[in-house]
Amino acid sequence: MREFSFERAGDAGQAATLAAGDTGAKFIAGGTNLLDLMKLEIETPSRLIDVTGTGLDRIEQTDAGGLRIGAMVRNTDLAADDRIRRDYGVLTRALVAGASGQLRNMATSGGNLLQRTRCPYFYDTNMACNKRSPGAGCAALDSGGFTRPLGVIGISDHCIATHPSDMAVAMRLLDAQVETLDAAGNSRSIPLEEFYLLPGDTPERETVLEPGEIITAVTLPAPIGGHQAYHKVRDRASYAFALVSVALVRQADGSGRVALGGVAPQPWRRAAADAELPNGAGAVMARLLDGARPTAQNAFKITLAERTLAAMLAEAEGN
Amino acid sequence: MDFNEPAGTNPADRGTVLGKSTPRIDGPLKTSGHAPYAYERHDVAEDQLAGYPVFSAIARGRITRIDSAAAEAAPGVVAVIRSTDMDVLGKHGMNVVPHFGGDEIRHYHQAVALVVAESFEAARAASGLVRVAYDAEGHADYDLSTHRDTAMARKAEPDQDVGDFAAAFAEAPVTLDETYTTPCQTHAMMEPHASIAQWDEEGRLTVWSSTQMVNWLVEGLCSAFDLDPDQVRVDSPFIGGGFGSKLFMRADSVLAALGARATGRPVKVALPRPAIANNTTHRARTIQRIRIGADRDGRITAIAHDGLSHTQPGGDGENSTAQTPFFYAGANRLITPRLVDLHLPEAHAMRAPGEASGLMALEIAMDEMAEKLGMDPVEFRILNDTQVDPGQPDRPFSDRNFVTCLRQGADRFGWADRNTTPGGRREGMWLIGHGMAGAYRGALTMNSGALVRLRPDGTAVVETDMTDIGTGSYTIIAQTAAEMLGLGVDQVEVRLGDSRYPVSSGSGGQFGAPSSTAGVYAACVKLREEIARRLGNVDAGSLDFADGRVTASGRSTSLAEIAADGEITAEDKVAFGEFQDDVLMATFAAHFVELAVHAGTGETRVRRMLAVCDAGRILNPLSARSQVIGGMVMGLGAALMEELAIDTGRGFFANHDLAGYEVPVHADIASQEVVFLDTLDPASTPLKAKGVGELGLCGIAAAVANAHYNATGLRIRDYPLTLDKVLEELPAI
Repeated sequence: MREFSFERAGDAGQAATLAAGDTGAKFIAGGTNLLDLMKLEIETPSRLIDVTGTGLDRIEQTDAGGLRIGAMVRNTDLAADDRIRRDYGVLTRALVAGASGQLRNMATSGGNLLQRTRCPYFYDTNMACNKRSPGAGCAALDSGGFTRPLGVIGISDHCIATHPSDMAVAMRLLDAQVETLDAAGNSRSIPLEEFYLLPGDTPERETVLEPGEIITAVTLPAPIGGHQAYHKVRDRASYAFALVSVALVRQADGSGRVALGGVAPQPWRRAAADAELPNGAGAVMARLLDGARPTAQNAFKITLAERTLAAMLAEAEGN
Repeated sequence: MDFNEPAGTNPADRGTVLGKSTPRIDGPLKTSGHAPYAYERHDVAEDQLAGYPVFSAIARGRITRIDSAAAEAAPGVVAVIRSTDMDVLGKHGMNVVPHFGGDEIRHYHQAVALVVAESFEAARAASGLVRVAYDAEGHADYDLSTHRDTAMARKAEPDQDVGDFAAAFAEAPVTLDETYTTPCQTHAMMEPHASIAQWDEEGRLTVWSSTQMVNWLVEGLCSAFDLDPDQVRVDSPFIGGGFGSKLFMRADSVLAALGARATGRPVKVALPRPAIANNTTHRARTIQRIRIGADRDGRITAIAHDGLSHTQPGGDGENSTAQTPFFYAGANRLITPRLVDLHLPEAHAMRAPGEASGLMALEIAMDEMAEKLGMDPVEFRILNDTQVDPGQPDRPFSDRNFVTCLRQGADRFGWADRNTTPGGRREGMWLIGHGMAGAYRGALTMNSGALVRLRPDGTAVVETDMTDIGTGSYTIIAQTAAEMLGLGVDQVEVRLGDSRYPVSSGSGGQFGAPSSTAGVYAACVKLREEIARRLGNVDAGSLDFADGRVTASGRSTSLAEIAADGEITAEDKVAFGEFQDDVLMATFAAHFVELAVHAGTGETRVRRMLAVCDAGRILNPLSARSQVIGGMVMGLGAALMEELAIDTGRGFFANHDLAGYEVPVHADIASQEVVFLDTLDPASTPLKAKGVGELGLCGIAAAVANAHYNATGLRIRDYPLTLDKVLEELPAI
């Protein structure tokens, strides 16, 4: 771990001001991902700005009938919130499917959105990685590379990493918006749909956030009801990243929404696929995974996504 | 003490302490954080420095240059030691690949430099500044499957060629010929390899380390640094798991000693978790072809097991055929262990080396064969039990109760009530399956020494270089001495893991418990003889030790009284005689598993597991159970998830941390039940005991695989049984 300075910000505006113009600055909240990456020298910030004291730790009702989740609300608290459990069940289910109890106690809503990929080649600094070193190449895509856990859609010839968050998949399903603040005091609200960038030839750029811009909250629109489910499929029962995860809201009339985790560089959802929900899992996935470019090792994710959704729909009908 | 014939009745048979469930005596130290593990031994040497290794970025080739100038100039750095600055250092005879020195790279994450600094953080930061240039050797071949039929494969062990396999197999009315594969696995023990090293002014080396075999580490360090054994002290009182990964010297102790020599200060080195899979050893991948022929009533007439694995040149890989010469009857046998040299990291021992992989295959084959015969797999195994070495019928098993394990297990598990139609039982979205498998693991013994002190207060101390790798050695050694001396367990202090104590068996191959307690028994017998002498040359055999007193001819004397004038010590070693070669000594178990497979996703959840074990006297049922359930958890991991993923282009294990290499978590483990048969094996040790540390792992993965087949009707012969291997063939939802 390189030397770095450490400062505590009293509010979001101060945090943004401290970070402004300093490319070596990073915000730190729970630190569940950033500290690991610093130990491995994948992240080498010269300055850490602790944002846990910014007071952004409340969940409030919005005028639109939704909820505004402060960026510092811990994953454990968010999952346990009565309003979330009652009206946004898919979010609670996604949260408790992620990490471990100890990590969820530390991890925050804002930090969770910004966690980095768990691609093994991103983590091994001997290996070429365009995310770590733009232009270096992608060792995963080289002959003999280990790609089983990696992405099948939304990927590029420069990067096939996935976004690891479960929480973000449920938030994407719920049409969440990310609220931010910059040093000039400007705030903006970014639909989660537009928040993450696809890798293209710049996989090092992962979100639309500008340098120094800080997430202050995630807002959820008014509840949409329906049967809400999250099925995370992995090689063991807990404490593993998804091979595939499926978030589902299904209304009584058979309509609804579907989002996927574990397959793409961002939570993966398409309106055209949602529209196919009354026609079953096969129809949904034909749209949702249209254009997928799996490797031989991870092609099973296509089948797995469809079968997982089919099982969830069967269970929804059984309820 | 020479152990030259099966044990008769002896004082250890009383069973007042031995054989009783006894909580581990080192438990409070561990749960309160006071047990001293190697890396945290801040008090053993002053002014410790921290070393952080630099690891090779290529799998094979040569180092052309190591530029350490920037690292040397970094804050807090005291020294940088480069592999290219010295010749290849000597290794222990059991090591395959050297740990340091020279310019040759033989595997990924081989240590190429060490940065020593005032703090761990400073060393780690500076390690990133060391620039290493390589001349990589291209076109290396890292895929075992491409070697399956090459004639180049060499033998790990002699073939067993008995009768005429080819003819008998050709004539058999019911046959099986299938190939099974098991992947590379890593030990994933909790505590990383770690050492603190210090040299004194006379050139003597002390290493506080985490090792299963204290004396082997002494030997290794002598080889690396050209020392005599009396110039080296190793101390390893607590070990946070090893599973074979800490059997032999590893880079941590070599690098710590190099750092300490270069700086003149104590240096500590731990291997970072992401480097362990590639820097240290792993269980080799295997490709196993098994052929079984039987007559129509189910008697095996022909059995062949061709087991291929890989190794670095000079090693032994994983002999998956280890159990097949002995486990089941059959007059015609062809057992052919084979090896291929691959430049993956060093393949070596991992818990139950050989049998763990071999039974993963053989016990599926037995299940498949039973199905072909239309037989219950339990009955098929009972029918083919043997009480003698099938290849050498004049050599009997010393004590084999496998059939009892099978019958008791079937009864307890409710085996008769299972669904016998594969894929035939479903509960909602879950397919339910039941499976079983047999387990076999050899019962090695190793010579083992100990010293016993009777203190003036009437309590005892045992000293031996035996290790406790989380297994419970402290406790069974205390129980042994307590039994022999008529003391309570709390009146025996056990000191382990220091090379200044008598050389023991060490921990490995499940030989540690029976061997080390036999050594303590021998020392206690000697102490009893000394006590008999002091009581007026009475017959030691007539003495009765109980409640801290010894009774001879009706006269009772307290041990405190006997030692009142000063501590009495006795040292001895058990030496196991050649008669043990005339019998087969092994442990046995029957495993039963119930599981559920999600019909949509193929996720597998094991619901309950039962093991019935036959391993002679169980010294401490509580810690023995812990060993067996731990083995079962490890086997569940082997069955369902554990695999070191090989980057076949670059020749290394890509998922080299505990996020990428998944082992079972609590949520994977439901009900586990362990039953020990109440048996004694007089040929094994004076205590008539055999080890169980590896037995629990043997066979369990195949029981899971067989239950998975029963649930789904899909036979997977390629471990682990991850969902991608069944997904396309699962039923429509």
